[in-house]
Amino acid sequence: MKGSLLSIDDIKKIAKLANIPISEKQSEELIKQVGVTVAYVSKLQELPTDGVIETSQVTGLENVMREDVVDESRMFSQVEALKNATHTHNGFFVVDAVLEASE
Amino acid sequence: MDSLSSMLYWRQVNKNLLDLSILELAKRLQDKSITSVELVDESYERMEASESVIHAAITIRDKKEALALAKKADETRTAHSSPLHGMPYVVKDGYVTKDLRTTAASKVLDTFMSPYNATVIEKLEAKGAILIGKMNMDAWGHGASTENTDYPVTKNPWDITRSAGGSGGGPAAAIALRYVPFAIGEDTGGSIRLPAAWCGITSLKVTYGRVSRYGAIAYASSLDTVGPTAKTAEDCAVVLEAIAGVDPKDATSSPHAVDDYANGMTKSLTGKRIAFPTEYYKEGLDTEIKAAIFKAREQFVSLGAVVEDVSMPLLEFGVPVYYILAPSETSSNLGRYDGVRYGNGRELFTKETSRRVMTGTYALSSGYYDAYYKKAQKARTVFIKNYASILSKYDAILAPVTTVPATKFGALLEDPVANMMMDVYNVTVNIVGVPSLALPCGFTKDGLPMGMQLIGNMHGEKTLISLGSAYQSATDWHTKTPQGVTI
Amino acid sequence: MNEYELVIGMEIHVELKTKSGMFCACKNDQSLDKKPNIYTCPVCLGLPGALPVPNKTAIDWTIMLGLALGSEIAEVSKFDRKHYFYPDLPKGYQISQYDMPLCVGGFVDTSFGKVRLHRIHLEEDTGTLKHTLLDGKRVSLVDFNRSGTPLVEIVTEPDIHSSEQAKEFLKTLHQIVRFVGISDADMEKGSMRLEPNISVRRKGATEMPKYKVEVKNINSFKFAAAAIEYEFNRHVAILEKGEIPVQETRGWNEDKNATVSQRVKEGAADYRYFPEPDIPPLRFTKEYIETLRAALPKLADEVKSDVMSAHGLNEYQGKMLVENTIKLTKFQTIVSLPSIQRANVSGPTIANWIINKDIDPSSSENQIADQIIASQTIVVVSDDDLMKAIVEVMEANPKAVADFKAGKEPVKMFLFGNVIRELKGKGDKERVVALLEEKLAA
Ligand SMILES: [Mg+2]
Ligand SMILES: [Zn+2]
Repeated sequence: MKGSLLSIDDIKKIAKLANIPISEKQSEELIKQVGVTVAYVSKLQELPTDGVIETSQVTGLENVMREDVVDESRMFSQVEALKNATHTHNGFFVVDAVLEASE
Repeated sequence: MDSLSSMLYWRQVNKNLLDLSILELAKRLQDKSITSVELVDESYERMEASESVIHAAITIRDKKEALALAKKADETRTAHSSPLHGMPYVVKDGYVTKDLRTTAASKVLDTFMSPYNATVIEKLEAKGAILIGKMNMDAWGHGASTENTDYPVTKNPWDITRSAGGSGGGPAAAIALRYVPFAIGEDTGGSIRLPAAWCGITSLKVTYGRVSRYGAIAYASSLDTVGPTAKTAEDCAVVLEAIAGVDPKDATSSPHAVDDYANGMTKSLTGKRIAFPTEYYKEGLDTEIKAAIFKAREQFVSLGAVVEDVSMPLLEFGVPVYYILAPSETSSNLGRYDGVRYGNGRELFTKETSRRVMTGTYALSSGYYDAYYKKAQKARTVFIKNYASILSKYDAILAPVTTVPATKFGALLEDPVANMMMDVYNVTVNIVGVPSLALPCGFTKDGLPMGMQLIGNMHGEKTLISLGSAYQSATDWHTKTPQGVTI
Repeated sequence: MNEYELVIGMEIHVELKTKSGMFCACKNDQSLDKKPNIYTCPVCLGLPGALPVPNKTAIDWTIMLGLALGSEIAEVSKFDRKHYFYPDLPKGYQISQYDMPLCVGGFVDTSFGKVRLHRIHLEEDTGTLKHTLLDGKRVSLVDFNRSGTPLVEIVTEPDIHSSEQAKEFLKTLHQIVRFVGISDADMEKGSMRLEPNISVRRKGATEMPKYKVEVKNINSFKFAAAAIEYEFNRHVAILEKGEIPVQETRGWNEDKNATVSQRVKEGAADYRYFPEPDIPPLRFTKEYIETLRAALPKLADEVKSDVMSAHGLNEYQGKMLVENTIKLTKFQTIVSLPSIQRANVSGPTIANWIINKDIDPSSSENQIADQIIASQTIVVVSDDDLMKAIVEVMEANPKAVADFKAGKEPVKMFLFGNVIRELKGKGDKERVVALLEEKLAA
């Protein structure tokens, strides 16, 4: 990276991966802002970490599991499950078609 | 009468019960010299007096409903009731609550009614505490000024042209104005401590895992912590005791025994050792804040503690590590907001949120993972070792909370780097997972509060509280309220 | 055609039949035709603030499957987040395993050679989608009942080189999964799902082809074989033209008896895996893994007693079949063939055949069944003739009869052997045993 700004294609690709709808104008803005952030955090490359093992959790906990038991008190009725959705039909959530029309 | 002057008027004629400590209030509730109804009533009077200007809250519970709960609390109080029984409180709007809508300050969740309660809410409800409001914040915790809220921006009660800090500006302003005896905040990289410093109150960023995160809307899962915000270290202790503990619904919650945090506080700090990291007091730190903390250092010495200079040279790498880990995790955690099962679409994310999600997506994407995310996780190990080497010899590290006192609005909004630098002293605490108590240590010439933090060992909350409490028994910064502020 | 060979790696997803979900306490009900969205909670619906806690049984079972398949069990394992956006994936990521799966390696023997396993990992299932028209608009209906069901993914090395081998591999794997008792592995219900990754190369070539085609929506072993055949022919035709088949995902279309290109609106695949911060890592001691291994033979005992009681087999037959999963699979397939049932061939007869005969690996179950039926119908010996032979043998061996009556049970096998010799191998052996026992008891 070397702090270089991202290209418009980079931004569009990231936006697609991140599922963030952006306009042309926003992508110009984001090139700068994401670029600045990325350039800033790239400073980390200066910290030597050879041979260091990554830490992804700080608790030191291991093997935290639940027994295989059903807890009905945590389950929702169909009505509760759908309560906050804007578009439902016959007990289903509804979204725009995800399959393209086939010939 | 404008609302702030109405508040001032109101203060002259009322009892100001909410200036009292939690334990004092609990004692009076027990001996029936006061009632929860009076307390809740005072909460609403205070909110009514200032909310139209301050905007600490996003959603406030219907007053009649709250009073009914208070009445019930008065009727059900026994000698064994928790000190929090019948105590009104507020939470940052990043906790899901069944009774009040939950927005995380984002229009994406504008109408979201959670079908379940966060564990911290359940615990407080079990103790009899009464939730009366959901407080303002930077949407999803993304910010250091609460300016990234989709609701009216919280004003600093000490100077309404300035930010209350963030991301939890709402809960901090609420405590500064004594709306309630305590609030629950959330700290991922300073979100509890920074607003506390800017609003002149006391707050505790707990050890990672000390309090269940179940129902806390995730910002960055490996950094997020749930903690109390209140007037004093002692009040924080009382609340922590009620909310701490392992939760079968949060696999990262700690099975470490819950201490009696408020017990055994002394005025003498003889034998206590405090580390003073010299790198933290170099260029970049406001001179007034620096002077205030140097005075606090003397105060600790006069209380009997040994304070020694130490070197913590990794400071400059803290923000880069944080701004890789937190955006990466948030890009993942915010994936669920697609408007299908609840809430609105992703086009409603604020610019700041979009920026963080995009940055995180980039850092995790193929070809960059090793250079960013993995590198940051390695740096995390280096930080843990550095902290451990200091904290094996000292009870706490004394550090600033912010480089500057409360900023004017707009100062952080469009400048990603300034925004990032605001939490330079805070983020490494989350990266390492240790607890930190933020407490007031003075006022600027302009009358703005200043704060400092005491950073401790994993599960060292009790030590921090006793240090903070000893300091507060010798100083009165924490008793100051913004009532003298002119508009 | 003969100059080309198939190179197939399989991905098999198996839903575990735990009582509750992978990361939540919802009921795990894999029955079809239930109302949508009736088994959900904050966790599997991906609500704000919800956190996953892994199901211990699901983890144990995955390890046991690995042990049954000869995998190496990870000393340290962890879950990771796999990110993509799709409406049936409530969190925008699937909790899966990336670089530290529970099981590594292992194999399944087939009569065409060993199929090595690459890895076995544990993850959560997604919800389901139905595509329909609503008010004239194309929509997808989303149901999260299945969301959060424990799902095991088994990935093979590209060691499969024919549709027959694929079928045998799948049948054996299916058998082993059932044998370990962790899943119904019902293809029609979708609790076992296959995705062959198919490519074709010139025979004798050793390098991997530069492309592969993934085929989805296969819900029977038969269709798996058909899809592989179809793809083989399709690829060869393209390769013959000097072109390379497009790397893509295709779906098996039962009506067309063909695979069709699946044009699904999906983002670019860059899953951005990172360690799941909500779940602490897993560490297994050798002792712990041994306790799981010890639980496996118990399962074998259960399978043995099941197969014995279902088909009237003796202890020896049960043992021989359970010890060899290929034979067990063959037995279970053949015993339920219509031709075998019409011919009224008994379970023990089939079991003996499979245990004792040197079966040509290339012969199909149907061919074996035909051979068994033919062997049965050669000579029918009447009960009277059988009894005559039994009486003769008993009269010739009075001491043996006396010993038996004195409690020497094994003598029965001696007498049986003599009767069979007397009959020159003809006659129904089951019937012989029955009549001999009857006569001895008299
Ligand atoms: Mg998978
Ligand atoms: Zn569930």
